[in-house]
Amino acid sequence: MRILMLGWEFPPFISGGLGTACYGLAKALSDLGTEILFVLPRGGADRRVDRVHVLSAADDRGGPVYWTVQGLEHVRLIPVAAALSPYQTEAGYLEQPRGETYAGRVSAEEAVSPAPDLHRPTSLGITSGPSLYAGDLFGEVNRYARLVAEVARRHEFDIIHAHDWMTYPAGLSVAALSGKPLVVHVHSTEFDRSGLHVNQRVYDVERAGLHGARSVICVSRLTRGIVTGRYGIPKSKCRVIYNAITVDGEPVPTSVHRIETSDKIVLFLGRITMQKGPEYFLAAAKKVLEVMDNVKFVMAGSGDMIRRMIELAAAMGVGHRVTFTGFLRGADLDRVFKMADLYVMPSVSEPFGLAPLEALQHDVPVLISKQSGVSEVLTHALKVDFWDIHEMANKIVAVLRHPPLQKTLREHGAFEVRKFSWADAGHACMAVYKDAAEGRK
Amino acid sequence: MASVCFYFQVHQPFRLRRYSVFDSDTNYFDDYKNAELCRKVASRCYLPANRLMLDLVRRYGKDFALSYSITGVALEQFERWAPEVVDSFRALVDTGQVELLAETFYHSLAFLYSREEFREQVMAHSAKMTDVFGVRPKVFRNTELIYNNDLAHFVEGLGFTGITAEGADHILGYRSPAFVYRPVGTDGIRLLLKNYRLSDDIAFRFSDRSWPEWPLRAETFAEWVDQVNGNGYVVNLFMDYETFGEHQWADSGIFDFMEHLPEHILADGKNDFLTLSAAAAAYEPAAELDIPHMVSWADVERDLSAWLGNAMQSNALHELYRMEGDVKAAGNAELLDDWRRLQTSDHFYYMCTKWFADGDVHKYFNPYESPYDSYINFMNVLDNLRSRLKG
Repeated sequence: MRILMLGWEFPPFISGGLGTACYGLAKALSDLGTEILFVLPRGGADRRVDRVHVLSAADDRGGPVYWTVQGLEHVRLIPVAAALSPYQTEAGYLEQPRGETYAGRVSAEEAVSPAPDLHRPTSLGITSGPSLYAGDLFGEVNRYARLVAEVARRHEFDIIHAHDWMTYPAGLSVAALSGKPLVVHVHSTEFDRSGLHVNQRVYDVERAGLHGARSVICVSRLTRGIVTGRYGIPKSKCRVIYNAITVDGEPVPTSVHRIETSDKIVLFLGRITMQKGPEYFLAAAKKVLEVMDNVKFVMAGSGDMIRRMIELAAAMGVGHRVTFTGFLRGADLDRVFKMADLYVMPSVSEPFGLAPLEALQHDVPVLISKQSGVSEVLTHALKVDFWDIHEMANKIVAVLRHPPLQKTLREHGAFEVRKFSWADAGHACMAVYKDAAEGRK
Repeated sequence: MASVCFYFQVHQPFRLRRYSVFDSDTNYFDDYKNAELCRKVASRCYLPANRLMLDLVRRYGKDFALSYSITGVALEQFERWAPEVVDSFRALVDTGQVELLAETFYHSLAFLYSREEFREQVMAHSAKMTDVFGVRPKVFRNTELIYNNDLAHFVEGLGFTGITAEGADHILGYRSPAFVYRPVGTDGIRLLLKNYRLSDDIAFRFSDRSWPEWPLRAETFAEWVDQVNGNGYVVNLFMDYETFGEHQWADSGIFDFMEHLPEHILADGKNDFLTLSAAAAAYEPAAELDIPHMVSWADVERDLSAWLGNAMQSNALHELYRMEGDVKAAGNAELLDDWRRLQTSDHFYYMCTKWFADGDVHKYFNPYESPYDSYINFMNVLDNLRSRLKG
């Protein structure tokens, strides 16, 4: 089976969970012998991920350039010049200085990390330059669609698999041109990202993609509920395939020295945006500090609400107990997990949520919101409604006060996390492809 | 002659209310829910089942007999919220064909932690039975059929003539639960072992449609009982009373099964029904039985792992029993009662993480969403109780 896969990030060009999920799924499918051509927009926020090495290889026919990734035998990446930045809102996109889109926006964080170690090939022979820049996010989405159509004309494939809304128009146009079935994969919806204040244009794009697809893969029952309820997709067209976590046999580095402190550490890790519920974390922190004083709350991540959260912490009088670290990765990420006594994910709406699984891999017990996909399948975790800050604080205190609770959660959690296997997800995905190829829903 | 010895366990814990670390009052128990469950189980099980048993006693007279063990905490709840249940048990006991067994008042694991506390609870339970029903128990059953040699020895010292234990294969080896035994290191006390196959046919498999024997008829079951003849004397059918109407719903036919069982058991005059103390007196011990390790009737393991299988459970139990001296020294009856109600084994069963991910019988009986939630709740209550000691 040959898959034309459309995503907007792939390691090492990554800033969030989508790239990690695409990598895990692509690897599992590759291991099953599935040929994947992954069309990757270049020019978004590029971040390096360790342990993934990209090898570039020019096509000997003088055609497009492919990148191959070590360990992913049957996966070829094709970079195209479009600037789709994950987790981007239209407003956020417009805030970017003009003329600084795909040609390489460089944030402060990226400046410190070395550029990917590869000689940059020219993408598809399309010259990069501001002249082609369409000027807004939807322009880029359409641009990506045109470029993907170009790629599709030159390649053979059986199924189109599109990840999240920015690639739906591309998926639809290729499906229309080629007559091949489209499978869309919902990692997140506009309702997760924006609550009830949805961007109508984004919603319309999502809706068109979901209705135009032969099958819809949802990352949880929670997401399937949104897809059926908010977008009017019949349940029979949806399949739930949970995300997983890469267990590569390598132990999580433990040599990182623990920061010596008598303080207990409670960790928030994720984008500091409405969707992730940072204000509920702070409200719970305040309640915890009413009954315990040796606790520090660490908020690791960046996002559009960070300034408001810093101000809120100060206004609530807990500023001295809350630390904002900014975006962490690599060794810093390992270190912050090493320090943490508890990881809290208070998300308001989390389609899946990989971070709790990563925390468990690092032997950190987790408290997760019931409004998350991962809570449907993870049993050895504390769970709470995101709005119930009283219960959230109650559970945080319990973990910090009672070592046997922490121990039991950790031991069972570290074991349970191994059941989340990409190989299983890969098999489930193949079944969806097969049905789609044979014209079944 | 094969003697069928029914013993039904009647127990309801005082379930805790949701008690957070920010709570500071001393109302630990969920009266509303406890009352509701008490009335629900009374109407589905205790009342109709007692009515049936009373009918059977009246119909068969001396030929039909059975035993119950009613925990002190269950009885207290009946007295408060379903007094008609107490009356119906009293009517059964008054026939003389129904025996009451002894156990710890609070359905506790006290034997594992404090012999003194254990003794006090057994005495309190016997006193309560005598007070409410006018008869003093002679046979002892420990919480969840937890048993070992030491228990038999200790209980004999308290004056009991019989004791019960689980009769699972890996405990008995080649021996059969169809005989009466003498525990190692005891003089006169008799040991009665649960026939787990036949007990579980009724308690667990009765309504299981994938079971080859479904639907189980009273005639068939009576034949199985009769097969004991030649290989032993007793068929000890020990199970939760809630089997009738609660675990096996009424529409499964469980009540009809019970109603017709005596006529088939008694049909050819070869077999009979006995209370536990009558069975212990009727048959000489076949052998001495050595059970040095703790066994129970729970799960496939038949050990203590349902209550002591993880760090949370052992921590909660240790913290609880560590307070014994201080609680008793405080001389506060209410505090003592609260502390003892926390000893009920159900609180620790809810914390069990065995099979939690698979979801099974533990989940069915569990009022909490997870074992972690139950531990957190319990420890919050315990912290408050401890603070009362200082005050």
